[in-house]
Amino acid sequence: MLRNYLTVSLKILGRRKYFTFVSLFGIGFTLLVLTLAAAMLDHVFGAYPPETRAARTLSVQAVRMQGKESTSTGPAGYAFYDRYFRDLPGVERLSLMTQPSTVVSYWKGARLKSILKRTDENYFRILDFDFSEGGPFGEADVESGRFVAVINETTRQKFFGAGKAVGESIEADGQTFTVVGVVPDVPVYRLLANGDIYVPLTTAKSDDYKTKLRGGILALFLAKDAGSIPLVQQEFKARLSKVELPEQFDRVYAMPETPFASVARLFFGDFESDSASGRLLALLLTAAFLFMLLPAVNLVNLNVSRALERASEIGVRRAFGASARDLMLQFLFENVIVSVVGGVLALVASAFLLAALNGSGLIPYAHFSLNFRIAAWGFGFALAFGVVSGVWPAWRLSRLNPIAALSGGTR
Amino acid sequence: MSVPMIRLENVEKVYRTDRIETVALSGVNLDIEEGEFVSIMGPSGCGKSTLMHLMGLLDAPSKGKVSLAGAPVTDASDKALARLRNESIGFVFQSFHLIPDLSVLDNVEIPLLYRKIGAAERRKAAEAALERVGLSARKHHFPSQLSGGQQQRVAIARAIVGKPRILLADEPTGNLDSQMGDEILSILQDLNTQERTTLVMVTHDPRQAEKTARTIRMFDGRRVN
Repeated sequence: MLRNYLTVSLKILGRRKYFTFVSLFGIGFTLLVLTLAAAMLDHVFGAYPPETRAARTLSVQAVRMQGKESTSTGPAGYAFYDRYFRDLPGVERLSLMTQPSTVVSYWKGARLKSILKRTDENYFRILDFDFSEGGPFGEADVESGRFVAVINETTRQKFFGAGKAVGESIEADGQTFTVVGVVPDVPVYRLLANGDIYVPLTTAKSDDYKTKLRGGILALFLAKDAGSIPLVQQEFKARLSKVELPEQFDRVYAMPETPFASVARLFFGDFESDSASGRLLALLLTAAFLFMLLPAVNLVNLNVSRALERASEIGVRRAFGASARDLMLQFLFENVIVSVVGGVLALVASAFLLAALNGSGLIPYAHFSLNFRIAAWGFGFALAFGVVSGVWPAWRLSRLNPIAALSGGTR
Repeated sequence: MSVPMIRLENVEKVYRTDRIETVALSGVNLDIEEGEFVSIMGPSGCGKSTLMHLMGLLDAPSKGKVSLAGAPVTDASDKALARLRNESIGFVFQSFHLIPDLSVLDNVEIPLLYRKIGAAERRKAAEAALERVGLSARKHHFPSQLSGGQQQRVAIARAIVGKPRILLADEPTGNLDSQMGDEILSILQDLNTQERTTLVMVTHDPRQAEKTARTIRMFDGRRVN
């Protein structure tokens, strides 16, 4: 029967070119926007290199310290993690890094801007960078504060052209570093892994950072396995009560979590509960639903108004043995087919648009692309669109009185 | 005594709206035997079409009983009625009611779509039905490319493709000129004599009614003969 529905649907859609075009345009455009949004969110929060261990990687991007009269929200300081969270059970490695900062280099008469990140040796053990040249700096480099740097491909290109970079010197933020490794560019929207120049934390211009509880440090925890994450979070929460806070504060909130949960926490400003990520996901899905609603209502309207045009067909099918259920399924199937075709067109168009966005340089190092996960989301959106916009008209059409339908009416 | 193919017992049909009640049929008793060719005549609004709709299971009586081949159908479910229509009844309408988006062959296949029949078998049966009405050469055309008489022949092919025992024709020649009308009637007569299909035809044309075995006359929702 499904094959019959498919054949009939394709024949009718092929003949009703105007209706098919209008429907496909509405559906395709809506799904294009949603697919682009899904692709972007997937690339911002999904497990892409070098964050290949995302399933067991947690980060703390901000903490909130609260007192009776003041509240401070932002990245914690080095001392916050160093004193209280170095040896959390369930954690295999902890890496601390500065927030990415823009620094200026003067190179062969040119003024070059780069993103500098100061970090430790564990950074390259938690993140899985694929070195095209050299390798990471190690524990000894960090301990002794050696002026070594790992740079990305674009920085290599800017400083050394196509030539070898390892062993060469570069100047950044008024300091000179010897390049030890070259890694691929990481898109700017991947906050934890993005950078042009990575240098040891201990090369900071002052040691003041080591004593600060607040300011400029992000933490990356690699759990022993995904199953250890609740233990890590529980222990982290317990240890928060031991943090000796500055006198104006009496409470501190923070949680090692996924980048999505961190963004959700910051978005809602909710540091006390753990429901922010669920709420952000619900908000995004609601936004997607509402975005689909308007074209869906349009399509519902278009379908219902076609009832008059298709009344005779409905009457004939009923007379020759179609039950109301058969007709409902047929009309629903037709709508789902249009939606799925619209979804496929949207996927193809979004692949081109993402490629154009990558090439435009609007988002540094962007490499948005489609993958199976995004295609599945796109297909899911298309299916949901088809069903949501098809059920009501299909139900209406299938319930038409066959006698009225045969005489051209729609009651 | 044989069981009639169609039996209507004391059938009444009333259409109700908020304000008025219209009695379309009242106290109609009717038996149509298997293989009979019956015509129904009467002035406009006398209930002929309502009678056809009840016999075709497209509508249910307000009172009384409708039976097909001895089995009462008045209280059957939508699904059961759909199946009965599909297997036992073929319809020919005055205005053909072909689906303009489908080819002639696809139109003829429609009743078979609701049976468990493979595509190849469906196609074969549809081609045979078109052959029967002499329209094989037009099977890939669309309805708009055919004359009125040809469209009605396609409609007859669609009505007979599932080999129904009953054929209900609601003014099948009403939209055709007399020559075309005679051709269509001749096809219907052949079906009745060769296949023993029970045929009920609503008509306004006494000349055509004369060619059927029996004429039922209706007036103001009642049978008058």
